[in-house]
Amino acid sequence: MAHAYTPGLKVTSRVRQRCRRILPIAGEVLVEAGDRVSARDVIAQTFMPGEVTPVNLSNALSLPPADVPECMLVQEAERIEVGQTLARTKGIFGLFKNEYKSKVAGTVESISSVTGQLIVRGEPLPLQLLAYLSGEVAEVIPAEGVVIEADVSFIQGIFGIGGERFGRIRMSCDDHTQELTPELITANMQEAIVIGGARMSGAAVRKAIEVGASAVVSGGMDDQDLREILGYDLGVAITGSEDVGITLIITEGFGEISMAERTFRLLALREGDESAVNGATQIRAGVMRPEVIIPLSEEKRAQEVEGPHSTGVLDVGSVVRMIRDPYFGQIGSVASLPPELAVLGSESKARVLEVEFDSGEKAVIPRANVELVQQ
Amino acid sequence: MTRIDPEKINVILATDCGSTTTKAILIERLDGHYRQTFRGEAPTTVEAPAADVTVGVINAVTEVGELAGRRLIDEEGQIIRPARDGQGCDIYISTSSAGGGLQMMVAGVVREMTAASAKRAALGAGAIVMDVIASNDKRLPHQQIQRIRELRPDMILVSGGTDGGNTTKVVEIAELIAPAKPQPRFGGEYRMPLIYAGNRDAVPLIEKVFDNGVELTIVPNLRPVLERENLGHARDAIHNLFLEHVMAHAPGYEKLIQWTDSPIMPTPGAVGNILQTIAQRQGLNAVGVDIGGATTDIFSVFDGTFNRTVSANLGMSYSISNVCAEATLSMILRWVHIDMDERDLRNRVKNKMIRPTTIPQTLEALVFEQAVAREALRLAYAQHKEFATTLKGVQQQRTVGDTFSQEISGQTIVDNMTLNLLVASGGVLSHAPRMQQTAAMLIDAFQPEGITTLAKDSIFMMPHLGVLAQVHPQAALEVFERDCLIYLGTCIAPKGTGKPGKPCLEYQISGSKLSESGTLAFGELKLLPLGVGETASVTLQPARGFDVGAGTGRRIEGQIKGGTVGIILDGRGRPLLLPENAKTCREAAQQTIAALNLYPEPTTPCPTDY
Repeated sequence: MAHAYTPGLKVTSRVRQRCRRILPIAGEVLVEAGDRVSARDVIAQTFMPGEVTPVNLSNALSLPPADVPECMLVQEAERIEVGQTLARTKGIFGLFKNEYKSKVAGTVESISSVTGQLIVRGEPLPLQLLAYLSGEVAEVIPAEGVVIEADVSFIQGIFGIGGERFGRIRMSCDDHTQELTPELITANMQEAIVIGGARMSGAAVRKAIEVGASAVVSGGMDDQDLREILGYDLGVAITGSEDVGITLIITEGFGEISMAERTFRLLALREGDESAVNGATQIRAGVMRPEVIIPLSEEKRAQEVEGPHSTGVLDVGSVVRMIRDPYFGQIGSVASLPPELAVLGSESKARVLEVEFDSGEKAVIPRANVELVQQ
Repeated sequence: MTRIDPEKINVILATDCGSTTTKAILIERLDGHYRQTFRGEAPTTVEAPAADVTVGVINAVTEVGELAGRRLIDEEGQIIRPARDGQGCDIYISTSSAGGGLQMMVAGVVREMTAASAKRAALGAGAIVMDVIASNDKRLPHQQIQRIRELRPDMILVSGGTDGGNTTKVVEIAELIAPAKPQPRFGGEYRMPLIYAGNRDAVPLIEKVFDNGVELTIVPNLRPVLERENLGHARDAIHNLFLEHVMAHAPGYEKLIQWTDSPIMPTPGAVGNILQTIAQRQGLNAVGVDIGGATTDIFSVFDGTFNRTVSANLGMSYSISNVCAEATLSMILRWVHIDMDERDLRNRVKNKMIRPTTIPQTLEALVFEQAVAREALRLAYAQHKEFATTLKGVQQQRTVGDTFSQEISGQTIVDNMTLNLLVASGGVLSHAPRMQQTAAMLIDAFQPEGITTLAKDSIFMMPHLGVLAQVHPQAALEVFERDCLIYLGTCIAPKGTGKPGKPCLEYQISGSKLSESGTLAFGELKLLPLGVGETASVTLQPARGFDVGAGTGRRIEGQIKGGTVGIILDGRGRPLLLPENAKTCREAAQQTIAALNLYPEPTTPCPTDY
């Protein structure tokens, strides 16, 4: 036995999912422990401190900074409105007075006699936090947020763009090897989570945006298409804040690669179910992968048994997927696990395994270049 | 921490807690000399489920102990000290970059002057600089405040103004930071550490502006006069705050801090420290590079001045896609001698980014990765040159003799002609299957001129030695010389351009095992054997228009070092200009590969050729 360096992604028909939903700063939690919430419910809210606008009154009124405080008509912590006169100079013999009218509304945060600057804090920005996971509030963290729990089908992708979105699962391909092309996207897929098979083409994504689909989930996509959709070349895999009108998730990788059959079957089984997706991906400093969460109804919960989770252990007979060329995307089973280092075609030395493909062909692959496929 | 008597130290244990791996080495005094003897590693355990860095340290140290046949950990999980009866060690030291290392925001009044000095202080201390705020950074005040609010650095360094100068501008900078209420990365349990290293006259005003909103530390001005930088105090304060605040909030570090006999240093700070020590002791100009998955660090010491840059998004796995975006695929493919499909390559690059732990299996994949590495290194070095400059804003008195001189302040101090030693580390350079590949990547990316010794850090030991240099410089230097560096050889490259095939250099090399003389044509590359530990005398006569260190057309003599690769005579010219035509460029790449024996001949895969 040996450890696989790249454990496979989580794809499970039933799992107890705990979702921690926390406000970025302290605020008000609107639900209580034991409450049932649905994905689009507002569960907490807060007000972010408003934007800060510095005003250089010394320049605006042509005054030395030290003279600014005595010309102020408003004081620190006072509320001001647009157009309100904030400061007025004494003028010459009471004439030729200069004054400064505020261009922003907010609260005076500070007045500096060193720099002659006035700092105005704008209106607080309201922020509402949605439940995202339909389920039961398991825990309330006072003033911060909640933990929601639910039994769900859970599918992790390998890469995504775009943030949290909601919709019903809609299958658009007949099987996991079929490419997602524009003619498979139809007008009735508005607000749906569209499930493709293999590569999603750029044209299909554009069509999905056009019909107003919430998200597209498929096996792979071309980097060239991603660049065209984003309008720039993605440098670092930290995503989730893209605003392209849709969330995209690929489950396997870039290029012409089919969705894992098991993932496709599971999604097909959940067709029509309300689900939540998030394309946010972060591969540095705490890995985060995109996800599809499908809460289970009472009826489906009874049908599904929580399956065992992969421990990431390779053994002879384990089904693995090749995650690097020259066999990228192919699936096979481990035929042997030679313990000694082997010399690769690149002349590098690495620990390898022998894999047998469905065709009967065998190949030797570095262990770092495979991932376990859950059965 | 107890006082250390260097004379009594015979066994040294050092660890480097990286983001993914904790590496431990054992250094022992053998026959009166310090040598690195054993090494072990284990996964870093900062994250759940262990969430205690010392677990990884114990695992790595246990491995070293097993290999050395020496018990280093007692029953209570403590490092045995001092060494006795073949057990334990005399001192234990450590560096750390776990949890993303030290991340800082710096601010100054003028971007090119005090803000640049603040950035140099932060980088020199081993930090990643997330942003530089300055009065003239071309952002409006509200944009600057917004940016400060978005960042969550570990600490902030503020500089500005010369001592006794105007206080207004630096207070203005403080007034931008204070209302932004920056939050520290490790949550709101402690106040943001902020170091003020600006005009001393502004200290009372700065204290008033920040009030109790931050953990304020005041240190002497890092630019007391425009003509001088004084970075030491700011760097020390960064190291102290790193230990007191950042490290103390990382899981298990409180324990680790108590274990070590010297303060834990940020890994890049330690690497810079050893390179500086070596350069000073040996009177060298040196450049060190560490290319990782996410970032590339470059360290340089020229005429005693140390500089470090971190190219945050130039790396070989997490950031590989960014290298391709910044360099462009066509620039990368200049170094490739085989046909590659662009669409396929783009997908492969992204697949490496999303699955960063995969390794090149085929020769084609290796060739492409090494081409990407050349471009990542080239871009990182360009950024380094841009940053490592003479002080800007210094008044210059010009004489009649300077009438036609165009020299201005702020010129780069990185001069490839005076560079003596180029040291490589990081996966793609350290683990290249052939040493020639490491040498070729260094030469193509850095383009050393004249005579330059090439070396690689054998097992990335420089961080350990950097912290050791703080407590036992002699041991650090001995191990650096004997065990840390693997010498690849020497590169001799005339500066200048000419017509292909025309002579650019006449050379005469004589050593105990090598005696060669000849002419190097422009565009030609030659590899001559000179083994590890061997030296040779050289006499170089460059052609008119070419320079090898003494001026154009001027002859020089010197001593060169051999290594695992040997002597590379590089007649491709400096700057290195590759043919623009794709076909000719590919032929040039093929010639380079043949001359340096870089890759095996591509063959049809056979059962043993994986």
